[in-house]
Amino acid sequence: MNDTGKAYWSAVLGLLAKVLVIWFVVSFGAGILFADALNSIKLGGYPLGFWFAHQGSIYVFIALIFYYAKAMNKIDRKFDVHE
Amino acid sequence: MDLQTMTYLVVGASFALYIGIAIWARAGSTSEFYVAGGGVHPVTNGMATAADWMSAASFISMAGLISNMGYGGGLFLMGWTGGYVLLACLLAPYLRKFGKFTVPQFIGDRFYSKTASTVAVVCLLTASITYIIGQMTGVGVAFSRFLGVSSEMGIYIGMGIVFAYAVFGGMKGITYTQVAQYIVLILAYTIPAVFISLQLTGNPLPQLGLGADMVGTNVSLLEKLDQVVTDLGFGKYTTTTAGSTLNMFVYTLSLMIGTAGLPHVIMRFFTVPKVEDARYSAGWALVFIAILYTTAPAVAAMAKMNLIGTTNVAAMKGGDMFAPESSLKAEERPDWMKRWEKTGLLKFEDKNGDGRIQYYNDKTKDAAVKAKADAAGWKGNELTVNADIIVLANPEIALLPNWVIALVAAGGLAAALSTAAGLLMAISAAVSHDLIKGVIKPDISDSGELMAGKISMAIAIVIAGYLGLNPPGFAAGTVALAFGIAASSLFPAIMMGIFSKKMNKEGAIAGMLAGLAVTLIYVFAHKGIFFIKGTEFVNAIGGPNSFFGITPEAFGAVGALVNFIVAFVVDKMTKEPPEHIQHLVESVRIPRGAKAVDGAH
Repeated sequence: MNDTGKAYWSAVLGLLAKVLVIWFVVSFGAGILFADALNSIKLGGYPLGFWFAHQGSIYVFIALIFYYAKAMNKIDRKFDVHE
Repeated sequence: MDLQTMTYLVVGASFALYIGIAIWARAGSTSEFYVAGGGVHPVTNGMATAADWMSAASFISMAGLISNMGYGGGLFLMGWTGGYVLLACLLAPYLRKFGKFTVPQFIGDRFYSKTASTVAVVCLLTASITYIIGQMTGVGVAFSRFLGVSSEMGIYIGMGIVFAYAVFGGMKGITYTQVAQYIVLILAYTIPAVFISLQLTGNPLPQLGLGADMVGTNVSLLEKLDQVVTDLGFGKYTTTTAGSTLNMFVYTLSLMIGTAGLPHVIMRFFTVPKVEDARYSAGWALVFIAILYTTAPAVAAMAKMNLIGTTNVAAMKGGDMFAPESSLKAEERPDWMKRWEKTGLLKFEDKNGDGRIQYYNDKTKDAAVKAKADAAGWKGNELTVNADIIVLANPEIALLPNWVIALVAAGGLAAALSTAAGLLMAISAAVSHDLIKGVIKPDISDSGELMAGKISMAIAIVIAGYLGLNPPGFAAGTVALAFGIAASSLFPAIMMGIFSKKMNKEGAIAGMLAGLAVTLIYVFAHKGIFFIKGTEFVNAIGGPNSFFGITPEAFGAVGALVNFIVAFVVDKMTKEPPEHIQHLVESVRIPRGAKAVDGAH
């Protein structure tokens, strides 16, 4: 792989790491591991940990995918490998 | 118009629509048959993927499961949606760039091995066939409950409908019927939910209603629910986990990985024109899925509230829930209860002979609740409610008009049929493309392969119908197995094929086999070899849930981990993949040069 190719792939992996950290934090973190602690905070009538497990993580997942798709487009163009 | 006629009318109209689409969308080439010609708009594909993905289990059973499990039910919500993040950024765009018809073909080409693709075909067939049994029984159930025909008859009708659009239309017919089926199922799911949310909280959006106050009070719905369920000896709704925290963690992860690795879902992303479209399309799929998945927890909690409120007047109005007059008089129970008693999904047994219905947790560990129940002369829980009722009887519980009930019937059928068709597509493509063209007869012509595809589709429908009619005693365990296989064998192999340039065929094959083996052993130890009763060997692995208390349904993630570890160890001990394979991986990683999907081997 040439240098541009390497730089492109590390940019992709960097974005991926960011996305997967958020993915993990909202579901496994806020929704499961720290749900009890977060439940003392209220979001309207929702205990926050419960909200993340039953609602919040799904909304964040959607936002994540669209953010990822957009950011990937930018990276593709920057390294001139877009379709 | 009476309910029966109305149901026939609505379900009949939906079937007419699917057949109309079948006539319009016939497949004339292998490209149309396998990937709908490759020109599906990302939003259209997202909608079709949502229907493809949301099965009878999502539509009929999930809200009921959550209703019983409370907070712990969130593992289904997070697990079955979080997989799309993995699919969108780890698999779908790269497989689209690779540009071939099937998942086993990627595994076979990337690992330069017919053995690898054959192992993938076996995993795909096992996962898809076990999964399809549940869909066929779902079709039978929906028919027998709502249309008053036998469940056998229902399965035959279902087979006929799927035959019409899947055999002649292939992926093209399936794509556009799935779009129609999505619209039917989402209306059927959300309309009753909106009304129930309005009745309980005054908020028409169930997603907000779940976090709102009960109508006419300043107590939130969840707070009220927590209070009445604990009063009746159930676990607190907003905090009860599914087993240990570790089990919930691993279970969620298994569902996510399994979701991303299921071939009938991955295949849908081969139908969009560009790599960029595959990324966005995964996002759109999740938007359409989320409409149902964020409504489900509201349906679950509100149905629980309604059920307790119906059986115990003190639940809503306040007062002593254990007072004799608080329990519902059996002869005054609402019509929907009587109707569902006939199906056996709802059972009432007057254990203490007082002519009233006591619904509570008689196995509670809360001594105070036990003492109160004993003092009130309660002799055990008298009402058993099957989880499936929560969605199916929802419109009746909320006293909605007949057309809504009819729509729910059509929605359940749409959910089951759309998933069945997607699975049949994955099965027939694996047989005609990966086995017949890939291994047995590589020089087959395009029209010959198209015919082979249609014939394998027809045979797959007959097998699926047969298994639906004669469920091999393990229908309940099958979904867990499908996810376990996808998570432990296919997902890691595809991911390593993209993200590791040096992964060789020895590593990949050993990894797939090892992941599959540990998962199967763990599942079979609990549930019997191929789910045959009496062949469980759970003591041989150290007792039930012996691996850190993890249940067999949750084991897929452990299988995936084994797959990764074995693959890397074997890879280090054997020689590197050839130069041209490493170039192949490099070209898969960049979007430029993506062409229309084709089938060339």
